[in-house]
Amino acid sequence: MKSSVITFPGSNCDRDMDVALKKFGFKNKMVWHNDLELPKSDLIVLPGGFSYGDYLRCGSMASKSKIMKSVINFAKSGGLVMGICNGFQILVEAGLVPGVLLRNKYLEFICKNIFVKIENKENSYFKNLSKNVFELHIAHNEGNYFCTSDQLKEIEDNNQIAIYYCDHEGNLNDQNNPNGSIKNIAGIFNKEKNVLGMMPHPERMIDQSLSGEDGAIFFKNLINNIK
Amino acid sequence: MKISAIITLKKDVLDPQGKVIHQALDGMGFNSVNEVRQGKYFEIEVKEDDPKKAKAIVDEMCQKLLANLVIENYKIIETQ
Repeated sequence: MKSSVITFPGSNCDRDMDVALKKFGFKNKMVWHNDLELPKSDLIVLPGGFSYGDYLRCGSMASKSKIMKSVINFAKSGGLVMGICNGFQILVEAGLVPGVLLRNKYLEFICKNIFVKIENKENSYFKNLSKNVFELHIAHNEGNYFCTSDQLKEIEDNNQIAIYYCDHEGNLNDQNNPNGSIKNIAGIFNKEKNVLGMMPHPERMIDQSLSGEDGAIFFKNLINNIK
Repeated sequence: MKISAIITLKKDVLDPQGKVIHQALDGMGFNSVNEVRQGKYFEIEVKEDDPKKAKAIVDEMCQKLLANLVIENYKIIETQ
């Protein structure tokens, strides 16, 4: 299975994503934002970081970079595109997933482990996962998911909420909503479920000696789903 | 000519920065404040002398990049 990770000026989780994808069997290529064409890929990843120094709005500049035209075409033709953290911000700015990510509610940069709950497994990313609650890592200043009430209705009607912030048992409540996101939303799909944007970093949880292995479960399952 | 654009958050969007600024103002003794909303202001020098055309160019910029219309409104002003 082939994957590509796009590096923007200011991306800083691109290498971690490369390591994670390769560890679980992807043949990964790094792609520079100024390139026009994507290598043949089964999965495109927009990594975390601070593309363009978060100028104007997080992800706004990167969403207009040259390679994004190819990424948008790839997504529109049904290809799998995953955006993590800043990658999620780029996806919303590119209009590939609905909504926006605002400044965290309490104006703090949050860097900690959190739990997320997966409800809908009818998609290429989560199909066949053996459990519903995962411990992942977040590190962001603008992760406060927001959308209009009309958009929220559409998102809910189409089962587009990918993951929710929750406690270790999967309960959704305000105490476990780190950034003020509407409905505890931590990740969201496009309507067709081939584009996934999420704030938590699965690539940071692939080694027990570092932080945890729930990300490993996600990547192992993902490559099996794509095969 | 110079065209300015003001970007403001829509009414129902939470503005935590505005809230904190409001609290700070309150603490400084400015007790007459009802609400503070923080926005952005751009001055754009356009290579165009026709104000109508210059505004139209900046309007397109606002729609495509400067504002995110899910959460923000924009207003264009001719400054020179």
